Amino acid sequence: MTRVEGHGNIHIKIRDGQVEQCQWEVVEAPRFFEAMLRGRKWDEVAHITSRICGICAIGHTTVSLKATEAAMGVDISEQTRDLRKVLLHGENMQSHMLHVGYLVLPDLLNVPSVIQLANTHREQFLMIVRLHRLANEMSDLIGGRTTHPQRPVVGGFAKWPTFGEMEALRQKLDASMEDAEALGYLFKELVSGFPPFERETEYIALKGHGEYALYDGNIVSTDGGTWPVARYKEISNEYLVPQSTAKFARHNRDSYMVGALARVNLNYDHLAPRAKKIADLFDLRPITTNPFMNNIAQVVEVIHSIEDSCRLIDDLLKDWVEEGEPKISVKAGKGVSTVEAPRGILFHAYEYNKDGECIWADCVIPTNQNHANIQKDMEALVLQIKDHGEKEIENSVEMLVRAYDPCISCSTHCIFL
Amino acid sequence: MGKPRVAFFDFASCEGCQLQVYNLEEDLLKVLDAVEVVAWREAMKGHSDDYDIAFVEGSILRQSDELRLRQIRRNAKILVALGACATIGGINNIKNFQEQEAVRQFVYGNKALDYETYPARPLKAVVPVDFEIHGCPITRKEFTTVLKALLLGKKPEIPNYPVCVECKMAQNICVFEKGMTCMGPVTRAGCEACCVTEGSICWGCRGLVDDPNIHAQVEVLAKYGLSVEDILRKFQLYADFSVIKDEQ
Repeated sequence: MTRVEGHGNIHIKIRDGQVEQCQWEVVEAPRFFEAMLRGRKWDEVAHITSRICGICAIGHTTVSLKATEAAMGVDISEQTRDLRKVLLHGENMQSHMLHVGYLVLPDLLNVPSVIQLANTHREQFLMIVRLHRLANEMSDLIGGRTTHPQRPVVGGFAKWPTFGEMEALRQKLDASMEDAEALGYLFKELVSGFPPFERETEYIALKGHGEYALYDGNIVSTDGGTWPVARYKEISNEYLVPQSTAKFARHNRDSYMVGALARVNLNYDHLAPRAKKIADLFDLRPITTNPFMNNIAQVVEVIHSIEDSCRLIDDLLKDWVEEGEPKISVKAGKGVSTVEAPRGILFHAYEYNKDGECIWADCVIPTNQNHANIQKDMEALVLQIKDHGEKEIENSVEMLVRAYDPCISCSTHCIFL
Repeated sequence: MGKPRVAFFDFASCEGCQLQVYNLEEDLLKVLDAVEVVAWREAMKGHSDDYDIAFVEGSILRQSDELRLRQIRRNAKILVALGACATIGGINNIKNFQEQEAVRQFVYGNKALDYETYPARPLKAVVPVDFEIHGCPITRKEFTTVLKALLLGKKPEIPNYPVCVECKMAQNICVFEKGMTCMGPVTRAGCEACCVTEGSICWGCRGLVDDPNIHAQVEVLAKYGLSVEDILRKFQLYADFSVIKDEQ
């Protein structure tokens, strides 16, 4: 597979109109993060888990800090909570722009890669880069840097932006809406380039209290039910398969899907107004069961992230205080936490001893939770198009996998139950 | 004579270093003007084995990866290790300090032997590496500086003095004064001490300077009442593989 993060292979064998083999194979080398965390101190854990992923480092850092805070009973200020939400929006925007702009758009514009796009569609390329750059500037300002941010710490932030910096960011976000909506209209022109495909699927995401949940919430499923985060294991049910170094997961059915499409399916009512208008362009509303629409859900979330960040920053600036470095009372304990990373719901759980050393860790990655659904979707899609030409099957199946925006390196951080 | 042919590869990594190349934003266009990218799995489908410069991210975690790396070394005139995982082993080295079997058991249980793995190592433990871009992640500035040097046929200039120099230039308050443990005194500069500037410590991700002043480090520890144990713990996060090997 090309134009995805990490190493995965697709094996399809069709003979005499019969599908003999259809397999999604994850071959990335496992890195053993949960084992690495054992014996490390509480103030190092987020630094290490950040390195699970370069694109969603902010997601891993944030969920890691929250899990440590849960384990040690650390409270955070309202301001910290809101600033973390803005930081997550920055990551969501950055990751989605990378995916839809650099990895997916070439498929829809029939160019081999973003490298050609830079020449054949320069205007669109520059628009994508502007949005991508703004997302990074947002993350740089609040987190220190997008990849492996230094500012977020247990209890809050080691360094805060100034009032002036936040104000300037707010203005830049406002000014970027034109580009963001242009992105929506661009995809509207090209959306017919995705193969028509539907499959009844269970979607799982966080649901917040009166807001589109990225930072916190309860776990919910389109098949019904709601669970507090502490019961995450009842949802993920990870298991090993022979053709994959990453685990698969299942809940109500053989598989389930997480990510932007799952979030839109479960949080649609809380999409910001202009994001909802773009969603309506595509008739993207609950419950959409076309996995290719995950790409469109990501475009919609870019707009939502910009709008919601503006709202959050306006709130923050009413009473902006650069807080000092938080003081932590180290104690033994076990904590579970969650965030919605760009690719879906993410869980970290840790146990610490009284010296603040991590004695046990569990990380359930969004892409792990998607692998089984990718497999099932692939089987159904190949059955549907098995009589088409080889090139077309190859393109369609690759586009299917790409639509999930899999983060394969993340999913082979590796865990054992 | 055409543009230099460039390829990107990755092994066991978080792909954060490749991401910094995307994060060049508009400047990526200038890079694409100066070179021809012939292989980059994350960005494009096409692939060629005919390249001049190979940028390689990630550590080697299993025998089968060695084969792929040796092939890249054969194909490339210049091999550049991209980021801490590739230059020194990076965060992947932490597991080397734990007993290997225990690690595999903990993660895969009784299926442990089905999963191929061995102690994490940087590229230089397997093949000769021509140049290194350090850091976890690399900085865009250094990537650009190194690329420019290579395109001009010059040897990239990488600092060989500790992060403390850059920290002083950034006018940071020394974090030892705040009771924190910092790897700055023995870590190679080139990052402009960004982590201390952003409120953290130096974690040592760029690896040791060539002749680390261990005596100075020990003196500093004594002065601030910090233990050697504290430093050794921090040292494990980005311990240079060649140093670990020597100790085993």
